[in-house]
Amino acid sequence: MAQTSQMTVSDEVAIEITNMNKWYGTFHVLRDIDLTVQRGERIVICGPSGSGKSTLIRCINALEEHQKGKIVVDGTVLSSDLKNIDKIRSEVGMCFQHFNLFPHLSILENCTLAPIWVRKTPKKEAEEIAMHYLEKVKIPEQADKYPGQLSGGQQQRVAIARSLCMQPRIMLFDEPTSALDPEMIKEVLDTMIELAEEGMTMLCVTHEMGFARQVANRVIFMDAGQIVEQNEPEEFFNNPKSERTQLFLSQILGH
Amino acid sequence: MSDTHAQTVAFVRETQIPPSAPPVTEAGVIKWVRENLFSGVFNTVLTLIAFYVVARFAVFVFPWFYNGVWEAASRKECIDILREAGKQTGACFAVLVDRWDHLVFGFKYPPDGYWRILVSFLLLVVAVAPALFANLPRKMLFFTALYPFLAFWLIWGGSLWLPVAILGLIIATMLVFRLISSQISVDIRKIVSAVIGVICGAGLAYLLYIGAQELVFIANSVGTEGLISGIAYGVFWIMAIFAFVFCVPMGIFVGYAIYNSYEDGGLVSIVASLLFGYLAFVYLLGPIWMALNAVIPIELQAVASRDMGGFMLNMLLGTICVSLSIPLGILLALGRQSPMPLIKGVCVVFIEFIRGVPLITLLFVANVMLAYFLPPSSNFDLILRVIIMITMFSAAYIAEVIRGGLAALPKGQYEAADSLGLDYGQATRLIILPQALKISIPGIVNVAVGLFKDTTLVSIISMFDLVGMIRGPIQNSTEWTSVYWEVYGFGALLFFVVCYSISQYSQWLERQLNTSHH
Repeated sequence: MAQTSQMTVSDEVAIEITNMNKWYGTFHVLRDIDLTVQRGERIVICGPSGSGKSTLIRCINALEEHQKGKIVVDGTVLSSDLKNIDKIRSEVGMCFQHFNLFPHLSILENCTLAPIWVRKTPKKEAEEIAMHYLEKVKIPEQADKYPGQLSGGQQQRVAIARSLCMQPRIMLFDEPTSALDPEMIKEVLDTMIELAEEGMTMLCVTHEMGFARQVANRVIFMDAGQIVEQNEPEEFFNNPKSERTQLFLSQILGH
Repeated sequence: MSDTHAQTVAFVRETQIPPSAPPVTEAGVIKWVRENLFSGVFNTVLTLIAFYVVARFAVFVFPWFYNGVWEAASRKECIDILREAGKQTGACFAVLVDRWDHLVFGFKYPPDGYWRILVSFLLLVVAVAPALFANLPRKMLFFTALYPFLAFWLIWGGSLWLPVAILGLIIATMLVFRLISSQISVDIRKIVSAVIGVICGAGLAYLLYIGAQELVFIANSVGTEGLISGIAYGVFWIMAIFAFVFCVPMGIFVGYAIYNSYEDGGLVSIVASLLFGYLAFVYLLGPIWMALNAVIPIELQAVASRDMGGFMLNMLLGTICVSLSIPLGILLALGRQSPMPLIKGVCVVFIEFIRGVPLITLLFVANVMLAYFLPPSSNFDLILRVIIMITMFSAAYIAEVIRGGLAALPKGQYEAADSLGLDYGQATRLIILPQALKISIPGIVNVAVGLFKDTTLVSIISMFDLVGMIRGPIQNSTEWTSVYWEVYGFGALLFFVVCYSISQYSQWLERQLNTSHH
């Protein structure tokens, strides 16, 4: 397995997936997935639609159940035990393609909800934390508005801030920019780059290859539920080994 | 065109066109009349016909209303007064004045207790207000929680200590729940779980055993003569054998499930507090309130449920059933979505059964049939039976409305709540229900308004609500036979005022909860 030599990556293992398989009914979505993520590593997962990349990262915080194999997140084994699942979920932040903000709560309430109810943080302290992260994603002035009043890019940045308020050790991004206008993609990517520079462990399903080149330690290419190729970004883009990867790259970088 | 266009492809605006007023025909009253009343030949004809109908109706109704007689002792007197005054038509509103008390309070409620009804109605407004308007101080909800006990005492009378004792036992049950679920250490809870598990397991096994014996008894008394009896005999025997075989395993299973929950205390605390509550209500309630009443007697004249009547009975049933059926409906809707087959099955069967049966049937069951099933000595209050039936009926409908709201929520909301680490209860309470209920408001209000009007069906099982009062004691009296329009019009007006207020409130609430654009 390709080990990166960057300073921010520690030897500590953040996520370890061994021989993981998942089926939807009889459809074999994920096949023999093996993946080890070091703390501080930034991984970009790409691949054609239906290749199982979203399902893979959704298995990591148990939004999807895997049927075979083992997933260890932060030293906790993912089993059907609800306590372990809740523990892992509060350590792992997730951002969705469609943001999934809570429309009936203000931006600030969106950010303070989980700290108050899951972490039992006092309300005042939770609001301070929330304002800190809203400043970080550069929209503190929107704190009292509702999600419906914000643009898509702003909503996605709020979603990132909402996850960060739980002070997670790992962040998962499930195509965070694919529902956005081109103008707004940049503001979200900038936020993610900033996060990466601070050493957050990140798994990111995305088709933003510029982002992959700039911040990823490793790029993973998936097809038909399997990891086809993984490599450092330079090598991955300039010198793809498998034919399937070459075809995919020629199609998305072709124009 | 093409020439000029070719020359002016590059165009830069240098002056702004100032805004000007629209033409007279495009604004104000003229525009409205033109667009809404006379926008075409067909609409103009319709408008004229409508004007004609309204005018004819007004000409007919207005004198009837205006000439109305408000003071008379009987319908005959009304007619005499009108004839003396030389008027052709006129309403006889005197019936409303004469029978006002009966229409509002029923004809058996003691007149010197009317103030109790009025006070509890005024307090109802205070108690409901914080639940309806979020900007009122939250501390008022404390009074809302106390209100049912206070209103019970005011309306039914009797000793104040009975509702106080009930309230006390409910609080004690909740304290037992708190104690077992979060106050005691895991070791002690383990012992409690073992004890409760054994009691419940043995109790359940015993109940099933008794039930099995009962089934054998029924099977033997049905006998085997004839085909249908033979089949019934077989079915009862199969059920009996089933109960015999499974009474011990079921007891062990349930007992073990209760014991097994000692770590997080979920099941054991629920079962233990319910057990405590049941025992307390059966064995402690009576002695406690009687003892308290013997020391400090605070009593109002007791009124039997049979003596409740008039519009007050409709309000009573409507308020109680709406406020009970919404929480029950929420539970049923959530239960129907549960991944656990037993819970889901119970909810589906309940909802589908209740929706498939007319309310009238349920009310007849409440009135007549239940008496056959209950032990002869038991005195199960009639109003309570009716409340249970109406509540179950509307809860089933509300559950389906809320299920629609739950289904309308994007899956992403559940996933976002999950991914933040909220547990099922928190996600449901904080994320799912607020949004699902908001979507369901029109449907819930629809059911609530329907329920309120359906309370008049109790007149069929000889309870004297507003309609029962009119149909019975008023129209059967010698003074007021064949008075229809006045009394039913008055009843319609009362119901309209209440239902229209509910619907206006719900529209206001929808506007309040709309967060998409301010």
